[in-house]
Amino acid sequence: MFQIRIHGRGGQGVVTAAEMLAVSAFLEGEHAQAFPSFGSERMGAPVVSFCRIDDHEIRLREPILEPDALIVQDPTLFKAIDVFQGLRPDGYLLVNTNKSLAELGLAGIAAKLPAGHARAVPASELALKHVNRPVPNAALLGAFAALTAIVNLHSVAAAIREAFPGKVGEANVAAATAAYETLASTPAAA
Amino acid sequence: MLKQIEGSRAMAEAIAMCRPEVVCAYPITPQTHIVEGLGEMVRMGDLKNCEFINVESEFGALSVAIGASAAGARAYTATASQGLLFMAEAVYNASGLGLPIVMTLGNRAIGAPINIWNDHSDAMSMCDAGWMQLFAETNQEAVDLHIQAFRLAEELSMPVMVCVDGFILTHAVECVDIPDPADVDAFLPPYEPVQVLDPRQPVSIGAMVGPDAFTEVRYLQHYKQTLALRLIPDLAAEFEARFGRNSGGLLRTYRTEDAEMLIVAMGSVNGTIKDTVDAMRADGLPVGLVTLVSFRPFPTEALRDVLIRAKHVVVVEKSFAVGMGGQLANNVGLALRNTAAPRVHSVVAGLGGRAITRPSLERVFRQAWVQPWEGAHFLDLNHDIIAKELHRVRKVRRSGPTAENILRHLSQQARHTAAD
Repeated sequence: MFQIRIHGRGGQGVVTAAEMLAVSAFLEGEHAQAFPSFGSERMGAPVVSFCRIDDHEIRLREPILEPDALIVQDPTLFKAIDVFQGLRPDGYLLVNTNKSLAELGLAGIAAKLPAGHARAVPASELALKHVNRPVPNAALLGAFAALTAIVNLHSVAAAIREAFPGKVGEANVAAATAAYETLASTPAAA
Repeated sequence: MLKQIEGSRAMAEAIAMCRPEVVCAYPITPQTHIVEGLGEMVRMGDLKNCEFINVESEFGALSVAIGASAAGARAYTATASQGLLFMAEAVYNASGLGLPIVMTLGNRAIGAPINIWNDHSDAMSMCDAGWMQLFAETNQEAVDLHIQAFRLAEELSMPVMVCVDGFILTHAVECVDIPDPADVDAFLPPYEPVQVLDPRQPVSIGAMVGPDAFTEVRYLQHYKQTLALRLIPDLAAEFEARFGRNSGGLLRTYRTEDAEMLIVAMGSVNGTIKDTVDAMRADGLPVGLVTLVSFRPFPTEALRDVLIRAKHVVVVEKSFAVGMGGQLANNVGLALRNTAAPRVHSVVAGLGGRAITRPSLERVFRQAWVQPWEGAHFLDLNHDIIAKELHRVRKVRRSGPTAENILRHLSQQARHTAAD
């Protein structure tokens, strides 16, 4: 089982991100379960969502306590809450920022993970460019596909189109593709 | 068709396939997405011959459903928590009049303190109101139970509550096999009422009944639920034959073979318990699980037949009666009355949305074996905070509101942890 925890703020599409990730995995024939941190979502407040992916039926209903991957949609959260709680030593970390992880003071955390498992991606910037709104969730899923290969970009794009039919979906797919390429084409030290 | 879909949406699609003619809706978290979905289907013309009625309150919602059902319509509504309390009088009327309304309960705690998260307090508050109550383990089962619920309700002319864990199921996106509408039509024939308000054949429904007949009317209500003890497994078998899935029934067993300890639980926590049972079995501990689907009618005999072989029975439930203990544990205890029974251990867990985790479950199951307790065990109770508050309350007369005090202790504790 591969478990992903997504941290962000209300209004950033944190819950939708977990749902689209689950749909991506479903499209690849996997079992997937996405759920929000239940109830306290409001604009600007810290929000958590969860996604489990497995090749067996998922029966577990507890929150994800030991994630294999963390997606952080808002870098200001590092000061507000312990985002890294329970992150597995072989886990992945993906941060939405136009700075480097070192500039965010995350070099130490990144060094504890296997080489290339901690990456920064300017998802809000890419979303602004392609979607005209700084909503980073779709772009981060593209980057997640490049970072982990747990899902592929093709199914991520299909899941985005399912959630957002029409122009908005295409724009978000463009942002996800750009984020995928950014990660795939730059060295892991970024 | 397999869909990766939000639980509420999946339930809305299944309910629409049951062709309700009246849907009454009043929003309350966490059931809102279900009636929103149905409202959208009516507006888009995907659900035909259905009147979607926005009412002014939950009391209005069930009262309109009662009127619609008495006029011969297949009626549906949904609610949760305080919403169910607000319609309490109508809940008793629907069952007392024998009207086959189906209602989804997106299970949520009851305040005060106000809390929007999941537990079973709402279902338990109305468990003796004469409705049948079925609990879903997964969103697949939530879909399947709604289809069975309309059949069950209409065959007996009695209302059914389908209980679905709020947020944990209603807001989870997972894989659900959405049935073929033609199969649903074949399983669920059009509603043929046993009583109907029809100007061409006038009757009155809701007579005043005195001491000479009240007991008999009540007895027949109870008798119908005893019939349901046979009908519920029959419907589950017929459902499986048509849809290829084992859903519903009175109860299900998991790894109960040679089990010395049996866990009993209702709803979505059964999934987490199954994973815990697997881990303990791998350690050589003979543990099994009994998933109770039907809480009303309570399957006393079926449950007794399974539990009687165990040495220990641990009941895990998301509710408790203040001053008494866990309602499910009490009911399980009654099922074992007058037998050389296994020892019953009561665990209260997941109140107000507290996460129920595998490590906590395994710890308490192991404890039941070696160090049993009396009364209810509150899983993961924060003893430190309880002690602090009790100490404070003893010292000052005007000790202030409990909930606010506990929150203050909690934030102090968090600050200390952060300082460490």
